[in-house]
Order: sequence, then structure tokens, then C-alpha cells
Amino acid sequence: MNATAAQMDPAPAPAPAAAVIAARNLDLTFQTRDGPVQALKGVDLSIGRGDFVSFIGPSGCGKTTLLRCIAALEQPTGGSLTVNGMSADEARRARAYGYVFQAPGLYPWRSIAGNISLPLEIMGFGKADRRERIARVLDLVELTGFGGKYPWQLSGGMQQRASIARALAFDADILLMDEPFGALDEIVRDRLNEALLALWEKTGKTIAFVTHSIPEAVYLSTRIVVMSPRPGRITDVIESPLHRHRPLEIRDSAEFIAIAQRVREGLRAGHSYD
Amino acid sequence: MRHVVPVLTVLGVIVAIWYAAAIGMNARWERDQAARAGETITWAEIVPRTMSQERPILPAPHQVGAGLWDGIAGQAVTSRRSLVWHGWVTLSATLAGFGVGTAAGMLLAVGIVHSRVMDQSVMPWAVASQTVPILAIAPMVIVVLASLGVKGLLPKAVISAWLSFFPVLVGMVAGLRSPDGMQLDLMRSWNASPSHVFWRLRLPSSLPWLFASLKVAIAAALVGTIVGELPAGATQGLGARLLSGSYYGQTVQIWAALFTAAILAAALVMLLGAVERLTLRRMGLAR
Repeated sequence: MNATAAQMDPAPAPAPAAAVIAARNLDLTFQTRDGPVQALKGVDLSIGRGDFVSFIGPSGCGKTTLLRCIAALEQPTGGSLTVNGMSADEARRARAYGYVFQAPGLYPWRSIAGNISLPLEIMGFGKADRRERIARVLDLVELTGFGGKYPWQLSGGMQQRASIARALAFDADILLMDEPFGALDEIVRDRLNEALLALWEKTGKTIAFVTHSIPEAVYLSTRIVVMSPRPGRITDVIESPLHRHRPLEIRDSAEFIAIAQRVREGLRAGHSYD
Repeated sequence: MRHVVPVLTVLGVIVAIWYAAAIGMNARWERDQAARAGETITWAEIVPRTMSQERPILPAPHQVGAGLWDGIAGQAVTSRRSLVWHGWVTLSATLAGFGVGTAAGMLLAVGIVHSRVMDQSVMPWAVASQTVPILAIAPMVIVVLASLGVKGLLPKAVISAWLSFFPVLVGMVAGLRSPDGMQLDLMRSWNASPSHVFWRLRLPSSLPWLFASLKVAIAAALVGTIVGELPAGATQGLGARLLSGSYYGQTVQIWAALFTAAILAAALVMLLGAVERLTLRRMGLAR
């Protein structure tokens, strides 16, 4: 498989902009009891293979909605959206992505290995194949040896790592993450950010990541998409000049602080509309 | 062991109130007897007599205890006077009705959760079925089935199932709908089929709800069976024992039958509770 090959390669070079996710003039209007609410308006976006793209903005800016559109969990009301060259729903049915929510959402009645096995069972992977994949992704998220434990025996950070392993198990090359570390404390979050970068470097996945933490967005991303609410739209797209390999200390560098500054200004500008 | 004192205290208070009530309620008969004989009677004489009447209005606890002991241990198990025999008649119909009612409730719940049409067409009838007084329906069911030649366990089981399917239905519908949006979205992101969602998510999630409603259902099933034993001069079961006791003014017999029913219900609910704890602990749902 492609992903297995990519895994062998320690640092895949950023591929030339073959758009894995492409949105053109995307609109989404929710019909609510108080009238229509424009959650997304005129969103143009292109995410290349191997990119790490963060969506940042205040609540109500449509960042989660945009991610859910890419996952075909929401239906856009206008514009076009392709994932892997297909419609978002076709991509969903082709199991093109793994989705990680803010909560781990592990089944309490299944062990960690059982939880990772769940999507594999649904997708019809054979028993030996499942066992091999579970071992591999547990290793990727540094949970080797915890497969037999139950979710309640693990800390919050470990549970979230297990849920990432579950999203990785079936070799989708896109990872959609909706504030995956939002409920964790800052120390755990730092460690998981580092681990996620290492994992991204190792696997070469395309990652779309929703957050409302500026340092997290700057630390992780090759590109930062700043969004603002009412109507939800993109106000700024920042290409990060930081090297793909980033130690945690990079957050004290002048470069890092300059990008964070620009994100903060973008967020403030978005707010001055209301 | 710290719980022993409060539990015994509550029990003691109940028994004390019961004795006081028995003395108060049975004293009148003693006074009337004395008046008829032209004698005067003092409280000191009344009190011991109120606790050993043949047909008291309210038998004293030790009388009920003696009746219960005699009914359970003092008779051959096959005797018509044995509470074990009557209890078994009631229990077998209860379990049959509970089984049928549980199966019906679960099947209807699965249908209701998966089909909007069933939700709108079945649920109102299920609710309506429970608003009909069971005391009015039970004799009709017994008589109609008897005219068709169906007697014995089955008619009682029908009434018992009638009462027990509803809590299972309501609990199971809530349980099957308990997975949150995120869980369902995850399943959708894996392109899971409805049967995957049912077997791997909805059904396991519904088990805590199911067990809670099973406890209500089994108590209801027992009540249904006893109600089914009352009409048409039944001769078997705890209900029949209650009825014949009230015909002949045998209050001790009534109370002994009532306590047998209560003990039976408590035992069944406790048994379900044990199965529940075991299952949920194994599933990691109870801590």
C-alpha cells in the first residue's frame, strides 16, 4: 500500500501541489428556527498532499463546519468541494479519511485493541491483518502494550492517542482532526503536539486540524487558515516558513513569534466586523 | 456492617406500628364479644386477645409469620395448601409472560428506532394499551381464551406479557437512541452499514437501559399474573390464594399469600440486579 511505502521514508518531501482537498466558493447555510444562518460563505481552499493545515478562529467561524463538509458529515449548499478528486461523499464511502473528535469516543466495553479493531471489522479486514495493523498503529502513537487495557484504565491523553490510532488503522491518507487536544491540559497537549508532528513526518499524511490555540496552530502547521464568524469565512491564509522538522523550542524563536503575531492580528481584524 | 443498625431500626419501627394497628383494629371485636356476654373487659385483657384471633381484621406480624411458615415449610410441596406449590404456579406464568413481553418489547423497540412510520404508528397504541385498566381487561382475556379452550398457564402469561412489554419497550427505545451524535458521526465516517451501527453501537449502548426496565417489567409481570389468577374462580396460584382467603375471611391466609408474592418479586428483581451487575461490569459500563 502507498501509506506503508511512505512510512518507510523517514521524511517525505512535500509533494508538488496536487490538491487532495479543493474547495471553490463553498457556501453552507443552515435553516434554523430564527431564519437562515450562514455558516460558510465563499470559501476557497486547496490542500496539497502531505500538507498540515490548521483552521483557527473564534467559535462560530465555521472551522468545524468546514471540516465536517470535507468529511461529508455536512452538505454544502453552494460551491464545489472535491476530496481526492471525488465528491466529499464519494470520498467518505471510499474511506478516504480518518476523523478524530475532541472527545476520544472509545467504547467502554471494548479494550483499546478492540476499539482500534472496530473500524477494521466494519471495513472487512481479516483477523491476522487486523492484529498486525493494531500493533502497528499502537506503536505509532506510543501505546504499545496497552492494547489489552480498557479505556477507563487510561489517562485522557492516552485515550486521545488511542482514538488517533483508531483513525490511522485503516490507512486513509487524510486525517481530519477537530480540536483533538482541546480538552487536555497544556503539558499533555505539548507532548501530543510533538508526537503528532513526529507521526505526520513518519506517515506523510495530509492533516486538516481545527484548533483555537494560536501556538498550537503555528507549531503544527505548514499552512494556517484564519477564519472569522458571521458569516463564516476565510480572512487570511499564512504559509509557514518554519522547517517541517520542529523541536518544541522553536516556539521561542523570532520566526515563530512573528507568525503567531500575524495570526493574532488576523483574528483581531475578523472580530472588528461586529 | 454499619448498615445493620439503621436497617433493623426501620424494621423494628414498622413491626411496632403494625402491632399497634393490630391491637387498635382488632380490639373492637373483643369489646363487642364482651358486651354481648354482658361482661366488662379491660385493656390488659384485650391486648393479648387481639393477637391471637381466628379471623382478625389485621393479623399481628407473628400470626402472619406463622401462616407463612406453615404455608412454606409445614405442607407437602404438592399440597393445595402449600405456598410453595401456589408460588410455583404463579412464578411459571410470570416467567413465561415476562419472556414473551421482553421479546415483544425489544422487537418493537428495534422497529421503532429504525422506522419513523413504526414510531408514529406503534408507540401510540403501546401507550394506549397501558392506560386500559388491567383489572377490566384480565377477566375478558381469561374468559375469551377459556371459551377457545385455552386454560392454565397461557391466559395468565398473556396478561403478564401485556404489562411487562411496555417498560421494556420504553427503556429499550431510549437505550437504542442513547449513542450521541459523535458516535454516530464516527460510524458514518467509516461508512458503516445500519446493521453495523445496530450490533456494534446501539445494542451494547442500550444494555444499562434494558436492565433498568427489565426490573420494572418483572415486577409488573408478577402483578399481571396475580391479577390473571383472580377472576373466574381460579384455584391455583397466589392470586387464587388471595381470593379464597377473602371469601372465607381468612386474613392470615391473605397476608401470607401477599408476603409470598412480595418475597418472590424481591427475589426476581435481586436476581436481575445480580445479572445486571455482572454483565455491566464485564462490559466496563459499571464502575
